[in-house]
Amino acid sequence: MKNERYRIAHREAWIGVALVIVNFAIWYGFAYGLGSGDPEKYTYVFGFPAWFFYSCIAGTAFMIVLIFIVIKFFFKDVDFEEEDED
Amino acid sequence: MHWSVIAPLIVFVIIIFGIGFWSNKFVKSSDSFLSEYFLGGREMGGFLLAMTMMATYGSASSFISGPGVAYNTGLGWVLLALAQLPAGYFVLMILGKKFAIVTRKLKSITLIDFLRSRYNSNVVVWLSAISIVIFLFASMVAQWVGGARLIESLTGMSYTTALFIFAVVVLVYVIIGGFRAVALTDALQGSIMVVGTIILLVGVVIAGGGIDNIMGDLVKENAELVSPFGVGHAYSPAYVSSFWILVGVGVIGLPQIAVRAMSYKNSRGMHSAILIGTIGIATIMFGMHLIGIFGRTVIPGIELGDKVMPTLTMGVLPPVVAGIVLAAPMAAIMSTVNALLMMVSSTIVKDIYLHYIKPDASDDHVRKTSFLVTAVVGVVVVLMSLNPPEIIVWLNMFAFGGLEAVFIWPIVLGLYWKKANKFGAIAGMVVGLSMYIVITQYFPNVLGVHSVTFPVISALIAFVLVSFATHRKIKDTPEFI
Repeated sequence: MKNERYRIAHREAWIGVALVIVNFAIWYGFAYGLGSGDPEKYTYVFGFPAWFFYSCIAGTAFMIVLIFIVIKFFFKDVDFEEEDED
Repeated sequence: MHWSVIAPLIVFVIIIFGIGFWSNKFVKSSDSFLSEYFLGGREMGGFLLAMTMMATYGSASSFISGPGVAYNTGLGWVLLALAQLPAGYFVLMILGKKFAIVTRKLKSITLIDFLRSRYNSNVVVWLSAISIVIFLFASMVAQWVGGARLIESLTGMSYTTALFIFAVVVLVYVIIGGFRAVALTDALQGSIMVVGTIILLVGVVIAGGGIDNIMGDLVKENAELVSPFGVGHAYSPAYVSSFWILVGVGVIGLPQIAVRAMSYKNSRGMHSAILIGTIGIATIMFGMHLIGIFGRTVIPGIELGDKVMPTLTMGVLPPVVAGIVLAAPMAAIMSTVNALLMMVSSTIVKDIYLHYIKPDASDDHVRKTSFLVTAVVGVVVVLMSLNPPEIIVWLNMFAFGGLEAVFIWPIVLGLYWKKANKFGAIAGMVVGLSMYIVITQYFPNVLGVHSVTFPVISALIAFVLVSFATHRKIKDTPEFI
């Protein structure tokens, strides 16, 4: 079925999957990449342990900005009510 | 207890009553009662959608038990709590436009309406209905007990009185106002949750003498408090990561969340809801859990985890402000139970009664039945909460993951995969649920991950294999997918 509205919907669902993978990679990578050493010897960024700052604070902020960009530039408005032709 | 703490709570309750009565006007005047009462007439805009998703999702555990765990185990629990971030964007992006378009085409009002039209199977409908009623009933009782305990501890009233007050407040606005009242009160409750979190976080940081100081104190006490592994290396990376399924992407499978993804007005609203909802969930989950661990240096030695958030609030904030912040957990609990109540009631009225027992009911009869069923379910929940039977406590343990294991694939594959059929759906639901109960009961944390992980994966495999094996038996693949 060649349905333009569904094509948009499917594309956006895949974008959602991609965002979760990016989100997980940032969260996991910084937390365990920087946080696996001896907690006594952590470096600190703005008062927080570096792993926590990058994984939980900067990572979350980055995701919010990314979501904003994705919605603004890649998500399209569609009409839910109209019955479009195939 | 200070009157100045209780005063903001009373104002909050009065506003909520007002919203209930105002929404009742729409319920009375609507020419399509079911769609209005159970879906708010599909009129939600972006802010409302974001708030109702967030408030329904954020519950007693985000505000009461979660901060308590963070208090005892450290920053590792904040890391784990942030696995919930996808709940803000993933659900709406995945169900998203497809769900909105398909449910409008099929004229579905409930989640089960959609599953019924998609799979043409009474077995799927009954499995869904029974799972929703049993599991959501049990979680409702648990939240209800949490709400009553909170009022009890804030006001010094007896548990029974507290329960009664909580019940009257919630039942009145939900029964008379329906989904619209639920969504509107969620907007207020969600805002209170966000604002309360920010105020308390600032208060705790100031009381602790700044972030540098707090971190220094934590490291001095036990450096493991600031590591991602938690005190005593309690959290392995695999365990923490598996929460991405339970509280992150798996949230799509929670019926009370999924139904919200069919209740909004237009795609522009959905776009802003994704952004607002993600920011809201990030603020609450990050803030409340960070408050928990920071609180350890401000008021050390709180024995009971559930007392951490209320004790900190009363300890670091002036009374009136404390009242506003304490309205946040109250709001979180109310906004969860009201959604569950609507969901159970719509399942009984629309999916079972009107479909199987009285399909030719008059409009007036539908109205009366809807009010009656919602009221009866509410009253039974309250009676159960007086002294929760063991079976309810047991069922509640399975509710969250159980619903996800049952619903995630029938919803997602049903929307995106033409070959998904009723045999596959039934296989997936049965495998997911039974495996989840067996694993949780007998092999918790098998291979070091949360017990929801393997049931969700196995349900997917069962669903796909059975659908492939049987798809020749299904004559007409659905046109609307």
